[in-house]
Order: sequence, then structure tokens, then C-alpha cells
Amino acid sequence: MNAYYLDFEQPIAELEDKIEELRMVGNDSDLNITEEINRLRNKSVGLTESIFSDLSAWDVARVARHPKRPYTLDYISQIFTDFDELHGDRAYADDPSIVGGIARLEGEPVMIIGHQKGREIKDKVRRNFGMPRPEGYRKACRLMEMAERFKLPILTFIDTPGAYPGIGAEERGQSEAIAHNLAVMSRLKTPIISTVIGEGGSGGALAIGVCDELYMLQYSTYAVISPEGCASILWKSAEFASEAAEAMGITAGKLQKLGLVDRLIDEPLGAAHRDYELVAANLKVALAEGLKKLKKLSTDELVEARYERLTSYDRFF
Amino acid sequence: MSSWFDKIVPGAIRSDSPQKSTVPEGLWKKCPKCESVLYRPELDKNLDVCPKCQHHMRVSARKRVDIFLDKNNRIEISADLAPQDKLKFKDSKKYKDRLVSSQKATNEKDALICFKGAVRGIPVVVVAFEFSFLGGSMGAVVGEKFARAAYASMESGIPLVCFSASGGARMQEALISLMQMAKTAAVLEKMKQMGIPFISVMTDPVFGGVSASLAMLGDVNVAEPNALIGFAGPRVIEQTVREKLPEGFQRSEFLLEHGVIDMILPRAEIRSRLSSILAKLTGRDLPSKSDVAIND
Repeated sequence: MNAYYLDFEQPIAELEDKIEELRMVGNDSDLNITEEINRLRNKSVGLTESIFSDLSAWDVARVARHPKRPYTLDYISQIFTDFDELHGDRAYADDPSIVGGIARLEGEPVMIIGHQKGREIKDKVRRNFGMPRPEGYRKACRLMEMAERFKLPILTFIDTPGAYPGIGAEERGQSEAIAHNLAVMSRLKTPIISTVIGEGGSGGALAIGVCDELYMLQYSTYAVISPEGCASILWKSAEFASEAAEAMGITAGKLQKLGLVDRLIDEPLGAAHRDYELVAANLKVALAEGLKKLKKLSTDELVEARYERLTSYDRFF
Repeated sequence: MSSWFDKIVPGAIRSDSPQKSTVPEGLWKKCPKCESVLYRPELDKNLDVCPKCQHHMRVSARKRVDIFLDKNNRIEISADLAPQDKLKFKDSKKYKDRLVSSQKATNEKDALICFKGAVRGIPVVVVAFEFSFLGGSMGAVVGEKFARAAYASMESGIPLVCFSASGGARMQEALISLMQMAKTAAVLEKMKQMGIPFISVMTDPVFGGVSASLAMLGDVNVAEPNALIGFAGPRVIEQTVREKLPEGFQRSEFLLEHGVIDMILPRAEIRSRLSSILAKLTGRDLPSKSDVAIND
């Protein structure tokens, strides 16, 4: 098994291994095997297309959590220039599972806030696997209010399994930190665009996700509870995660049909981790267009429209 | 159907008895905490608080409102809103069937009820969660009813009081239920800007999406004694951190100590204390003795 391929991708992994082997042979022999390699490449592309055209909700959930998937800082370096990271909630600590700061998008200053997972083991632990504690949400809130003062649009990137369920987090008011952000974001006098780039895990995601426009990457997910969590409560076993994922309809496509998502961002063949540049370019176009649209509204219109949007989540009964 | 035999033979000596309790339904109730057997009418008079150990038992949403509001001039708001199963959600049971059985068991259409009324003569809007309805979970109807209660508050310029008891967002409504967190927070923020008081009374238990939205946003946050309140449930936390949770973790007293709530109020004091607080926040005189006498 190739660790960087998910189980349903193993046939692709096998082909890729073969191609690699042939290339090695090709390097130290006179045989012309280019043709064979090309044949296998085409086959691999075809196979990837067919596998990815028919992913279950649970498959998508696992793609969204792929260890090679681009994270917030990857998008920041690909899409923005001149990024200054800002740290700390000014009260207790700096939470590295949320990053934030000011940067430029096509020359225009913006505030960026996003969940951040770690890449290597040590970094994963430091970033707490992208699960923020209250100080993370309070840092986010501080930066958002600062953005309002300096008239910077806010771009948030969502990628978290959820807010951290820990003793200290409860002691420092995890619920209050989230609730407070929801309330503040509902009235901030500056445009907010949120993009789910990986996992949109419940309240921990929404706490930086109240917005004027919600985008989702093609293979990202957004749900009220993780498929495992839902399964262990409603099916009494986490083994039913696949059923739970399907039932909750956590994928971008399903959520767009429900009218909860404004725009889907295409990912490269085989998902975002196969081509950071391409997915970042797609996202950049969407963000730039979104901001252009929102900037046409007056501040009052913007805030009024957001309030309408938030309170009209009643069309579902 | 229970036969005459079941009625005369105490459960403890029947080997096939489905119920472990030997306390007959109706007239007697066993305190879940100290296990004292309590006389129902006396318990009613004591607002479902155990007279022996002061344990605050869970009460229905209707009873909450009934205990809290003055007897006169109560009007229920948006009583007709009923849930739909937009996602055709099915786990081991269909969501639709779960709704029907909850509706039958509680006689409520969904997990929140809203009333306009007064507390010791001070006009208020009050909402209460019905925990027996799918764990008091918040879906689209609960969110919308909460919002409409807040609109009623804003229209009349009168305070909103919420009694919460909820496991969180309703999983069967998936992302739609998550959005109710944003919705309820947005209307409360609007109220805040208008200077209309919101008092959040948390009762056992309040967790997840309800805790992390409307319940924590009170101008004054109150909890009943020993209520379990938090973001993540104790079992989830224990599994995550792999250590035993400290004594009293996530209880009201813990929340008070950590600065999350303003006060703990025993059930019997909620009416008088909240009316006194609301009177000050709305610039009124203390409820007059006659108001208290008439309404209590």
C-alpha cells in the first residue's frame, strides 16, 4: 500500500508504481519505452477520472483529510503577497491551530484567518491537528474587529475536525468563544468570504465561517458533526461513518443544491494535493471575483444582506 | 397492556419484569440523585426540586414557562411551526419517525416553545427548550422559533429570557442545523445593539451547538445548581485527553468559578431574582408588593 494514496485510489497507485519502475529501467537501458510509459500514463489518468467521478461522501471526507492536502498557509503563499502573520489573543495565548494576518490579494490589502493543520508529527501536535482552543477563536475575533477598523475585507479558510474538546478549552469558555464570534461576524462592517478548503467541522468551523459568501473546494466537506461522531451517536458505532456521511450530505455538491454554498472551486484531477498551484489559482479567481462583487455594496447594504442571509436559514421546514 | 397480575405483584419479585424501579408511576417519584422516594404533589409544590437533597430534576418546557410567567396574559408565539425532513434523513430509524414519536411523547411540535407574558408585572418574551424532544436539539424550527421570539422582543422592546436544555444541534438536519447557530447569534446581536436585555438561563444539560451560540450570549448568564454545561460532552473529552475529569467538571459551580456565568439560581428563586434584574435593566421600579402578591 502506498501511504499517500487512499484505499480507493490503490489501483492508481499501482499504475503509478509501474510507470516509475519503467522510468528507472528506461534510464539505464537503450530500450525505447517512452511509448509504454505514455500508454500507462493515459491509463492512469483515465482511471483517476473514473474513480474520482464516483466518490462516495465518505471517500470525499477522506480526501478532505488527506495528509498531503494543501492547508491555509499553502494557500496564503500561493495566492497572496506580503503576508504579515499576527499572533495572540492578547489575553491568554497564541493558538497555532488558527493563523491570521494581513496580506495583499492582487495588490489589495485583506485580512486572512484560517485553521492550520501541521504537516509533520511535531508540527501536527503543535497545531493541535487543526483543533482550536478558545484563544484561537479570540485571536480570530481580535483580527476580524481590527479588519473592520481598517476597512480590510476578511477572507477565512476553514479546515478543522472541530473545536478542541479538552479540559482547558472548557475551563476557558470554548462555547462562549465560538458564540461570541458568531455574534460579532454577523454585524462586522466589512465583506467576509469563507472558503472550506478541507474539513468543515461543526461549530469549530462556523466560528470563523459566518460570511457574505461561502465557497467550498470540490472535495471539501462541511457538517454539523463528523461522520464518525454522528455514526457513534445515531448508529451506536463509528463503523457506520460512511452511512452517516451519506445521510448528512456533507459534500460541496449536495450543500450547493440545498442553497447553503455559493460557489464550488474545482480541484485538479485526483484532488487538490496533486497540484497546489492549480487549485490555488482557481481559488484566487473566485476570491477576487467575490470581493469585487461585495465591494459594490454599501456598508449598510452589505450588513443588511448578511443579516438577511443568516436569518433566512428558515426556508428548510 | 398491564394485567391485574402486574398491578398487584411488585416488580421486584417478578423475574421477567421489564422495569427495575419498584416505584409505581404517578403518585411517587424517586429522586435520581439521592434515591429518596418522593410524594408527587409535594414534589410539584417544590418545583421538581428534591426536598431531601435539593437535586434539580429536569422539567418540561411547558412547566418551565408555567413556573416562570405570571398566570395572566400569556400568549404562545408561533406554536404552529412544525419540522420537516428535508434531507430524508435515516439512521437506524427514519428522522420522520423520530419526529412523530417525539411529538407524541411530548405533545410538542418541536423542541422549543415561546410565550409572551410577564414576570411579576414586567412584560417579557420567554422561550424554553423541551429536552424530551430529541434531546432538545436545535434544527430549523427551533432556530426559527427562537428568532421569532427575538423579533417579538424587539418589536415590543421587551426583554427575552431563554431556558435552555439541549444536547446541541440536531444531527438529522445536518448543516441546516449548524446554520441555526449563526442565525440565533445574529438576532441576539441585533437585540444587543437595540439595548434589549437577553437573559440566558441554562438548565441541565446544555451542550454543543446550543451552548456555543444562543445560550452563552446572555447579557446575564444564569445556571441552575449542578447543571451540566459545556461545549463538548464529558465522554468525548475523556476519550480525547485520556485522563479522568476533575470532580465537578462542567457543573454550574465550575462555570461560575471560571467566569462563564454570572450566578447560580435555585429554581425557586429564578422568578424573583430575574424580575429584579430585569426591572433594573429596563429602568423600572422594583415590582410592587401588590404585583408580587397578585402574581406569585
